[in-house]
Amino acid sequence: MIETKSLPTQYASQPGPVQTSSGKTLRTDEMIINMGPQHPSTHGVLRLEIVVEGEIIIDVIPHIGYLHRCFEKHAEHMTNYQQVIPYCDRLDYCAAINDEHSYVLAVERMLKIELPERVEYIRVVMAELQRIASHLIAVGTFGIDAGAFTPFLYAFHDRELILDLFEMTCGARLLYNYFWIGGLSHDIPPQFVDKAKQFCTYFRPRIKEFNDLLTYNEIFVKRTANVGVLPKDVALNYASSGPMLRGSGINWDLRRDDPYSVYHKLQWEPQIGKGEMGTVGDVWDRHIVRMREMEVSLSIIEQALAALPEGNVQAAIPKRIRPDAGEVYARTETPRGELGFYVISDGSGTPFRVKARAPAFVNLSVLPAISRGCMIADLVLIAGSVDIVLGQVDR
Amino acid sequence: MTAEEILNSLKAKFGDAIVEAKLDAPQPWIVVNPSRTKEIAFFLRDDPATRFDYMMCLSGVDYNNGKLGIVYHLFSMVHRHKIVLKAFCTKEQPHIQSVTSVWATANWHEREAFDMYGIVIDEHPDLRRILLPYDWEGHPLRKDYQVPEFYNGMKVPY
Repeated sequence: MIETKSLPTQYASQPGPVQTSSGKTLRTDEMIINMGPQHPSTHGVLRLEIVVEGEIIIDVIPHIGYLHRCFEKHAEHMTNYQQVIPYCDRLDYCAAINDEHSYVLAVERMLKIELPERVEYIRVVMAELQRIASHLIAVGTFGIDAGAFTPFLYAFHDRELILDLFEMTCGARLLYNYFWIGGLSHDIPPQFVDKAKQFCTYFRPRIKEFNDLLTYNEIFVKRTANVGVLPKDVALNYASSGPMLRGSGINWDLRRDDPYSVYHKLQWEPQIGKGEMGTVGDVWDRHIVRMREMEVSLSIIEQALAALPEGNVQAAIPKRIRPDAGEVYARTETPRGELGFYVISDGSGTPFRVKARAPAFVNLSVLPAISRGCMIADLVLIAGSVDIVLGQVDR
Repeated sequence: MTAEEILNSLKAKFGDAIVEAKLDAPQPWIVVNPSRTKEIAFFLRDDPATRFDYMMCLSGVDYNNGKLGIVYHLFSMVHRHKIVLKAFCTKEQPHIQSVTSVWATANWHEREAFDMYGIVIDEHPDLRRILLPYDWEGHPLRKDYQVPEFYNGMKVPY
């Protein structure tokens, strides 16, 4: 028998009894508080059952499932593979394009089809625009969690410009159904490239403005530095991904390390947390990773637009998609982390099993481990820094 | 390490706990004994040659032939290799050993497999339903699942 290693829950600091200045121990009774399901800072219908002693958190028990809509059962009961795509949109409604990307990638890998190069470049542009839009929501609402309302308005103003680009392309502003198996639903409109370039030029200085307003604000830094520290080994053991993992200083990005699309042809670097304001892996680090990733995304968009080839936007695929019996697990880097689709085919025209490995679901499961011993007020920030979307947590 | 080397090292260590393997699949998989998943998982995580420190995904599956299963997608951040483990059980005896003590991320995934497929995860620290209400009856992702008429007096199919 192999000896068992200590469980990661033991990394979190357990609160000791509070001592007065004269050395006496203060002991209060434990109390259970419900945060949610209808609480503004749970970012959706999430219920956190908090055990507190005074203001110190002893334990957090998340209760999820309020938004469960049987995505996986639906996927098995569609009449073909394409019909699952709109349901994927509704997983992570803040980053619908990235969800579609992961699913169509899984099916395309089963079918073993080659895509026209133009498709891949447009997909990268769209995915990165969506990443900026999603990160803007994340940092904007995170500002609200910390008590700063103005940055939220800045963020939503700029996100609106990205949604306009999407509306111009496929008519929808939130749930797109734009990536299809083997290509795209249709080509980008002629004026798209110019508009997207204009957006990049406009948005770059706005990131700096946003940083001055919120990220390096002294009150904000004091609220977020050294709070909710997620050590490297805990992050790995809980399989955190995306900004959660990179915030803890692990240089890991699926776009570079498990390449898909044309990311390997573009020049860019993943951003990691360095503990500039406090400890590596604290809440501030996760925030700055998102801020810097937006700049990286801008640079990827500009490169992809410059290299955009002409051509078809749909590969030749059979009208009735029937992958050979088999299974595939495909993963992509969404704004929240690794979104994987495990698809099993039995050779028929509908998927036999679709499992969505949702990054928000997995990232949320680490919340109890990193919030034990914190203050109640900090829990709001820690939950905000995980950047959950309940549509994806509950599926 | 290739899938074949991983399979050989597992066979050398655990012998008949390795039931079968399919190495020519695009993502090779190995079937293991459902009551010994924990020690196999510890070995895969801690052996310097394999070092599967990152569990990408854990999915329950109903194979529609009286068999249920759990599929583990493992990845190593150190060696950058992947492997897929599978553990099967029957619908009459749906028991699979927990790997939560190896990868903490398995905790919620295993609760989901229990919730959706009724696979009882032995030695799980906190085996409760996770997505469905705690008083829900049945396990909806099973292929033979019948939607109940009523839930707490409320009509279910709308």
